[in-house]
Amino acid sequence: MVVIDQITKNFGRAGTAALSSCSLDVPVNEILCVIGPSGCGKTTLLRIVDGLIPADEGQVLINGTEVAAPRPDVAMVFQHFGLLPWKTVQDNVAYGLRVQGRAEREIADTVPRYVDLIGLRGFEGSYPYQLSGGMQQRVGLARALAVNPMVLLMDEPFGSLDAQTRELMQEELLRVWRRQPKTMIFVTHSIDEAVILGDRVALMTRRPGRVKEIIEVGISRPRDPERVRRSARYLELREHIWHQLKVEVVGGDGP
Amino acid sequence: MSEAAERGRAAGRREGAAGLSPTAIRVLSVTVGVLAWEAYGRAVHSVLFTYPSAVGRAAYELIAAGELQFYLKSSVVVLSLGLVLAIVLGIPLGVLMGRRAVIEHAVDPYVNALYATPLVAVIPVIVVWLGFQTKAKVVLVFLFCIFPILINTYQGVKNTDARLVEVARSFCSKEWRLWRDLILPSSAPFILAGIRLAIGRGLIGMVVAEFYTTITGLGYMIVQYANTFRMDRLFVPVVVLMMMGVALTGALRYLERRIAPWLYVAREE
Repeated sequence: MVVIDQITKNFGRAGTAALSSCSLDVPVNEILCVIGPSGCGKTTLLRIVDGLIPADEGQVLINGTEVAAPRPDVAMVFQHFGLLPWKTVQDNVAYGLRVQGRAEREIADTVPRYVDLIGLRGFEGSYPYQLSGGMQQRVGLARALAVNPMVLLMDEPFGSLDAQTRELMQEELLRVWRRQPKTMIFVTHSIDEAVILGDRVALMTRRPGRVKEIIEVGISRPRDPERVRRSARYLELREHIWHQLKVEVVGGDGP
Repeated sequence: MSEAAERGRAAGRREGAAGLSPTAIRVLSVTVGVLAWEAYGRAVHSVLFTYPSAVGRAAYELIAAGELQFYLKSSVVVLSLGLVLAIVLGIPLGVLMGRRAVIEHAVDPYVNALYATPLVAVIPVIVVWLGFQTKAKVVLVFLFCIFPILINTYQGVKNTDARLVEVARSFCSKEWRLWRDLILPSSAPFILAGIRLAIGRGLIGMVVAEFYTTITGLGYMIVQYANTFRMDRLFVPVVVLMMMGVALTGALRYLERRIAPWLYVAREE
């Protein structure tokens, strides 16, 4: 499980506060969606959890050990996909395994499974620039899953996709998660996405970000996104989150 | 508007007047140029002038005698050694400069100073230190070649997408793996462009070094035949140098296009 304990982070010499005493607990195999106004430090929080940047104060514990640097049991999926343009789909999926020095035999065994899982069979030899955005992010997801991480960090992974592709990718992600449950922190801008995917939704304040409210979604799994969208609970959550977010964006009762 | 038409207008010609392809126009232009040279050369009939057919005859004689091959071989050895040395040292140093701030700041005064220096000026120094033989010439070609390679590699490294570097770090990549997976492929188009520039400079360095230092090479041929007013023979090494330059930079251009297809797709969109 992931424990985020009182994280504070300031940027630059002026000390622009990005996060202020931000705390969150994510139990094993839970999907926690993090939502908040633009620039509230969601991505910064994720980068701290991944060990890419250090926190100024506070600590992150994953399975009881403190995060000091990127670690192999945590993988991230990026909004910009982050694929290597000179590598084929297959080699991009294999990237994390190669970098972590796994045996070639294991790689040859693992990669096709994730290529299949994510629906990319037949595109193994394609280059990223030959694929659509949705397909590219499938590669990004397969690359992260292939290292078999315990924790998956999703940094607005579907944020740059068009609306239809986005919904398809959400269904895809739920399908994959059912087959291979993982602890997941999913940062998003979309209320719809947060409710469809999350077990809980953490609502953040505007900058400097801290957790304002944690909302239990309470919709049973497996979920059919279309049916969820028609349920009373979905509408109720949507309205509640939107109202809370609006307060943060407009700054009605700011700190 | 087609590229050919653009070029046609730039050259002051009327667009598509004859409906010729760019290649046809080029071939025609060169043919007219060569014929004009031939006609003028024959008409002038001076010892100090020559014309294409005379150069062709001289080339035949020099090849039959084995002289051209002999001097060409010596030049090619010098150029290749100098260039290979510049590539082998320039690329790693360029990457190091791009990746390590300490090395960047420690090395860049030397690089900037030497790159700005007209290197022809150091030829006498090199001759005093290293003599007139192959070693001195290789060092000169190396000096002419290394800076474009080094500087381009450095710029390529600096141009590497910081987001991809973060992806690599997120997957726990070691620094040397990062070079292999990310830095070098992403800098490859820059490095190749640097090598292409280096070849042009290397040819200059080679000829000038041969003017000054020696008793062999294409540069020596030029000096020798200039001193004896054999203009037809003098033009043979000049034409060979031209062909070397065109062929080598053409090959590099081709490689540049082949090595990074994703760049060209992005540009078209």
